[in-house]
Amino acid sequence: MKILLVDDSSTMRRIQKNTLTKLGYEDVDEAEDGAQAIQKVAMTAYDLVLMDWNMPNMTGIEALKKIKENPDTKSVPVIMVTSESEKTRIIEAIQAGAANYVVKPFQPETLQEKISAVVKK
Amino acid sequence: MSSYSVKVEHINPFIKATIETFKAMMSVEIKPGKVKLKQGSSLSHDVSGIIGLSGGAIGSVTLSFPRITALKTVSAFVGEKVVSMDENVVDAIGELANIIAGAAKKDLAQYNINISLPSVVMGENHQVKEPKDVIAMIVPFETPYGTFDLAVCFKSEV
Repeated sequence: MKILLVDDSSTMRRIQKNTLTKLGYEDVDEAEDGAQAIQKVAMTAYDLVLMDWNMPNMTGIEALKKIKENPDTKSVPVIMVTSESEKTRIIEAIQAGAANYVVKPFQPETLQEKISAVVKK
Repeated sequence: MSSYSVKVEHINPFIKATIETFKAMMSVEIKPGKVKLKQGSSLSHDVSGIIGLSGGAIGSVTLSFPRITALKTVSAFVGEKVVSMDENVVDAIGELANIIAGAAKKDLAQYNINISLPSVVMGENHQVKEPKDVIAMIVPFETPYGTFDLAVCFKSEV
């Protein structure tokens, strides 16, 4: 399974990549913001995108909307992985097409459960 | 101009979020000390992660660490040993502040707060200043990696 990991924090990308590797997901690309993410999603057939919310250049929610607006990319499942913890934000993301939502801080099992609920390994 | 002190109900969500973040991301229990007024603008620490708050409340959340505590905390956070104060430490301390501020937001939903991208200050005895009319509160934390301070500056209209 090919995963795109989108987060402006190199620390969070490293933490999530290490977690994904431990969970058996080893084919992981990275993007530093929403703008990079939509470019990569348009070029590569990802099975899953893990998307931060607050990022410079283009936020995760904006990138999510653009991915879902594009007929070529709208079927790619996107899980938001963010420190935005309020219900209004979660509802906004789900309404925009997010397949699931993980609130930071998270434990590895939580990420595994959310991924499993969205895609089959 | 009268000064405005941070209320207990405003600082508690940040204390809770800090404890939960260390438990979830580093699997450690940390202990908050007595909340105190921040005196002056100088924290005797070496690196601080700062998140600005805006929207229905204004203010900031600052995590300030001594050098060794920062290195040990970041090592546990990323799961790899970090021995020097480099850009990885800067990024990690900023992200830690971001996660804590974000987690606290859910208990302060009535203020519809927006959080800024993190800023990180490095340097011995650096200064972090809050608005003149708001008195920040400091919560010292004891952790297996040493002590650090959480400073919260929070002003709402209600």
